[in-house]
Amino acid sequence: MSADLTAEGGHGAVPIGPSIPSGLGGSPGGPPPGRWPLYEVFVRGKRGLNHVHVGSLHAPDDEMAVHAARDVYTRRNEGVSIWVVLASDITASSPDEKDPMFAPSGDKVYRHPTFYDIPDTVPHM
Amino acid sequence: MAGHEETVYDALDQAHGGEGQWAFGTGFDDPLAGVDTAVPDGVDASDLGAYCLMLGDDALVLSQRLTEWVTRAPELEEEVALANCALDLLGQARLLLARAGTCGVLGRSRSAATGSIPDEDALAYFRESEEFVNHHLVEVDGGDFAATMVRLLAASAYRLALFARLRDSRDPVLAAIAAKGVPELTYHRDYAARWVLRLGDGTTESHRRTVEAVDALWPLLADLPAATAVEARLAAAGIAVDPCVVDGEVRDVLSTVLEQATLEVPPWPTPRPSPGRAGSHTPGFDELLATLQGLAREHPAATW
Amino acid sequence: MSVATDLPDDGLQRDFESIIGHDRRIEPRDWMPEGYRKGLIRQIAQHAHSEIIGMQPEGDWLLAAPSLRRKAILLAKVQDEAGHGMYLYAAAETLGADRGDLTDKLIERRQKYSSIFNYPTLTYADVGVIGWLVDGAAICNQVPLCRSSYGPYARAMIRVCKEESFHQRQGFELLMTMMRGTPGQQAMVQDAVDRWWWPSLMMFGPPDDDSPNSAQSMAWGIKRHSNDELRQRFVDMTVPQAAVLGVALPDPELAPDEETGRYRFGAIDWSEFKAVISGDGPCNDERIARRRAARDDNAWVLEAATAYAAKRADDDRALPAA
Repeated sequence: MSADLTAEGGHGAVPIGPSIPSGLGGSPGGPPPGRWPLYEVFVRGKRGLNHVHVGSLHAPDDEMAVHAARDVYTRRNEGVSIWVVLASDITASSPDEKDPMFAPSGDKVYRHPTFYDIPDTVPHM
Repeated sequence: MAGHEETVYDALDQAHGGEGQWAFGTGFDDPLAGVDTAVPDGVDASDLGAYCLMLGDDALVLSQRLTEWVTRAPELEEEVALANCALDLLGQARLLLARAGTCGVLGRSRSAATGSIPDEDALAYFRESEEFVNHHLVEVDGGDFAATMVRLLAASAYRLALFARLRDSRDPVLAAIAAKGVPELTYHRDYAARWVLRLGDGTTESHRRTVEAVDALWPLLADLPAATAVEARLAAAGIAVDPCVVDGEVRDVLSTVLEQATLEVPPWPTPRPSPGRAGSHTPGFDELLATLQGLAREHPAATW
Repeated sequence: MSVATDLPDDGLQRDFESIIGHDRRIEPRDWMPEGYRKGLIRQIAQHAHSEIIGMQPEGDWLLAAPSLRRKAILLAKVQDEAGHGMYLYAAAETLGADRGDLTDKLIERRQKYSSIFNYPTLTYADVGVIGWLVDGAAICNQVPLCRSSYGPYARAMIRVCKEESFHQRQGFELLMTMMRGTPGQQAMVQDAVDRWWWPSLMMFGPPDDDSPNSAQSMAWGIKRHSNDELRQRFVDMTVPQAAVLGVALPDPELAPDEETGRYRFGAIDWSEFKAVISGDGPCNDERIARRRAARDDNAWVLEAATAYAAKRADDDRALPAA
């Protein structure tokens, strides 16, 4: 019986179900209609000088994104500056990029994002 | 609770800015602590208390309706936003009910509850239906998300317009409550407006539902502009805001949003005396009160 | 979209292991073994699902909370839990998962959540006991995760832990108030403790020699302590707290061990817990049904917002060049 459980999941004791790939990619051709895109959130606190990346959220458009960010990441603290950016608009690089296979498309903010429409024919993607 | 975990949290707190404050800000304790609650000169205490109950009940009941959306919201972002609005309104209700208590308008509720519970709870949990003086607008069933957003838009536009003027009240407590509430209500109104735009001008289905929501809600707007005798007296004394003075502004806000949302603005209903303000409520209100009050009433001698 | 298959040169594997070995963080653009990535997505997603499902047992008492102050505290707490779910889904998304997809898997029961939330909150005292015992146990599990080898998960956990410590204190404070209150309140608390104590111990999972994933998770810096270690830590912390409250813990074998300074406790009966896990718990269906309804009843809302945004984008594109 005990092989059926793990202590994962933060609040522990999560049953291990049948082995199904977890959240690998989205559906082919992108998310279903109505799914909101991913925005990254940057916040600058009152006394700070720089915006800091704090996480992400989903919103249907920029205006909803910035207000949602206020609710979720600043709990409506006044005087906090917020930037929201579509994750797909971010161009990224890493200081110690060591993976030559990654280099050709080495500008995505995440290594395995779901929000890129990759054709099935591209190998190793 | 000394020990390992406490030390770890201190270290985490210091390592990450040490704000050390409750995630959503404070405000969980006595709402009027340290505030001079004397009734201003020349003002009838029971009038002032009755007015605080009106504004307080509007907030308490709407907060309760918004709270019904917890775990049922369309997305996690809306869970947080709706809970935010509900929490703001609950905070306003606590301040206003406490103020009503200092004016002595507790009536039967005070004897029904144990002496050690605060006035705000005596009023919230131990008044009967006919003693609640909120408008019907805030008590009707939330309906679907469109109905909730249309109602929130109307209720917060109205309340914001009142509070903006209430900041100049001769009662310093009401003025302070209003000053705190204005940014909150602005946020609620704008949140609801963003949604009404998207639902009105979204899909065919969302448009249809929003039209239905507007049609169902519109007659209730008739209750908002007419002042009760209490409000008229207090407005003349520079304490309260006569709701008729905000009517034009509220109409403008609602018309602007509806038109931009590609919705027809129905004809404005003829103002009538608010049945809610007179303690007469809709059939669903009894159930709302039963849920709100049931547990507390099972333990009338208890402090929580 | 399939993921990069594991044909690294040894350098990438060595670099990965070196980062782990030096207790540094793996970040979203780093090469990582597929097992590490998949395992993390599953663990983080199930943690996120737990936060969201966990809103329900306490959320069910929001409308009836017996004082306005308690109502406000509980509403803030449940709102926090939504926020925690969001931080965690965000961390999972850095690994290539999609939040909506993860939610679908939860609703289809292909991903799980912590079984503790399949117990019902029968009385208001349960709200306090969840704060004290369930959040207390979760904190024991979660503080070590703040040093998880995966950066976004560790950072999310730091924020979660900070907020969760408030939750536990407020649950405890409610119980203290009730234990100093009426006989009815005291009885309510003791009854709730009787029902939640053993399930809280079971949150730490099975004894480690029975746990298949533990060894790999430890090697990868995802799991930092054994189940038994964390469970013992929780017991040692909680027994004195129970004494302060004046409640009895429902274990006749609970006793201090003079030599070690720790507490011995009785054997856990895993069969009852197994029943709850396998769906015979009273709330399993209800928890998922609520989540499903939130998604399905409101799908039109999300579509409307998307349609509105598309129309605005079309309008922008239709603007004449300046």
